[in-house]
Amino acid sequence: MPERHTAPFVAAGPVISARGLSKVYGELRAVDGIDFDIAPGESFGLLGPNGAGKSTTMRMLGGTLGRTGGELTVAGLDPEQEGPTVRAHLGVVPQQDNLDDELSVRDNLYIYGRYFGLPRGYLKDKIPQLLEFAQLTDKAKSKVDDLSGGMKRRLTIARSLINEPSVLLLDEPTTGLDPQARHTLWDKLFRLKEVGVTLVVTTHFMDEAEQLCDRLIVVDHGRIKAEGSPRGLIAEHSTREVVEVRFGADRNAELAPRIRDLAERIEVLPDRLLLYSDHGETVLEALAARDLHPVTSLVRRSSLEDVFLRLTGRSLVD
Amino acid sequence: MTELADLHRLARSGTAPSPQDLAHRVRRRGILLYVETWLIASKTWAASLAIVGIVEPIAYLVALGWGLGTLVDDGGRSPGGVPYLMYVGPGLIVATAVMAAHQESTYPIMAGFKWRRLFHGPRATPLTPTQIGLGQIGGTLMRLLGQTSLFWLVLVAFGATRSAWSVLIVPIAALAGLAFGACVTAYAAGLENEGHQFASLQRFVVMPMFLFAGTFFPLSELPGYLHWIGWLSPIWHGTELARAASYGAHLAPSSVALHLSVLLAYAALGLVVSARRFERRLTR
Repeated sequence: MPERHTAPFVAAGPVISARGLSKVYGELRAVDGIDFDIAPGESFGLLGPNGAGKSTTMRMLGGTLGRTGGELTVAGLDPEQEGPTVRAHLGVVPQQDNLDDELSVRDNLYIYGRYFGLPRGYLKDKIPQLLEFAQLTDKAKSKVDDLSGGMKRRLTIARSLINEPSVLLLDEPTTGLDPQARHTLWDKLFRLKEVGVTLVVTTHFMDEAEQLCDRLIVVDHGRIKAEGSPRGLIAEHSTREVVEVRFGADRNAELAPRIRDLAERIEVLPDRLLLYSDHGETVLEALAARDLHPVTSLVRRSSLEDVFLRLTGRSLVD
Repeated sequence: MTELADLHRLARSGTAPSPQDLAHRVRRRGILLYVETWLIASKTWAASLAIVGIVEPIAYLVALGWGLGTLVDDGGRSPGGVPYLMYVGPGLIVATAVMAAHQESTYPIMAGFKWRRLFHGPRATPLTPTQIGLGQIGGTLMRLLGQTSLFWLVLVAFGATRSAWSVLIVPIAALAGLAFGACVTAYAAGLENEGHQFASLQRFVVMPMFLFAGTFFPLSELPGYLHWIGWLSPIWHGTELARAASYGAHLAPSSVALHLSVLLAYAALGLVVSARRFERRLTR
């Protein structure tokens, strides 16, 4: 039997489009005029520190928060004007779980489906498929209260799929989960992407962004700092490799000026020096040639984290 | 069937109604859909409430109707010229409904916004905040109808009603509960935090209404400067109507209209303000 490989949502243009999107609370410009387009089937990330405006943007996408300015369309509709229809297109995985923990896993799926106006017969077929996908079939009758954090998160994702959404909004989907649970979840999300579901993910985990996103924007203080694929951003904003050397806390800052010329960029941290260079081993050899011998040294590939810290700074955002 | 085919079926089975269709259904029937899910969620406590809903009326009627009522009746001072059990029963049903409404409209509302965030789940669906708020009050109304029905059955079993018309106590008491509950829901939805407000409401509003709003004795027995408690209280307006229904206590048609109008006005005010506050609270 031939399988259908058509994307779930087929549209000529972007499925989500924002132009000059902004949200102002009094003095605070939480989202300060951002532009982006998300194509159907794409996996798009909003990366940024806490308070960067990621969740605010997500809420505006779902029409549960009005915008102060700019234009926004989701599936061709304005979420502020046609919130219910827009939300019928969407699946939402919120930052904080809001499952009814006194009810069973199955009842949680059922009542959520009814909120969408989905027919009982449809839900009867759909719920076992969702349980299977979330690996919760054995737990169907368990109270949500008795589930582990990873299981609750999988249930929330299963719940978000109940209306067969063309777009899934995931707000920090794996925050607070252990590595096993995170990898299981990424696998689930990757599969959904494979069958054409558009993913919009906010995260401050670089590995999550690298795993899940085809393309992302780095947001800070409500503005877009950079845009591109994870690989492209690394190429553009960092070097191929990073050399981390430690000379001891008291000598790092003192030695920095003497080796600045060895790398494209040098960063002085309290406990170590970071030398950004396309050829890490060459830098190490040059250090030895100057008779500088770090206590420890490490050459690694540049990561998205380097890009992120460079663009959004190292200072703590509270 | 391959795994990929399963995934395709999961993502797009072709059996789900279109988003436009879903939005249309929810626009039309959203409040009912929410009440339906409220009833499903209520099964975790419905059984225990049913037991309380039967035991509590029996305790009230034994203590007040039989115990206290014997003294009142022997003294020949029973109000309304009927046995005290018959007099006090309708008042107790109305008071029970109002107190149950108070309970449903305080902590569960704060929990929905803040502690358990249960209103935020449906907020991500085509339901509007107004539908969520009114659906929540609709769920409370379901509980009130159930609980007052049980109380009425117990009252009938005690022989404390005079005619089949007494069944009207059920909607009357539920309306009194709705009148109070909708207003309390509006108040609770406007609170950012709960410190002691709900307990104060219980002490300084619900208790005085219970004691001084004609449940146990006519308002006329109190000094005139306390009558306003009854006039403001949904319990008094509901009780006056319930007594007329239960044993034919005299009530002029104009009074019936007045009591109904007050209860409906409270309910309307509470529903409108609740809807506005749910909209504000869930849109930010």
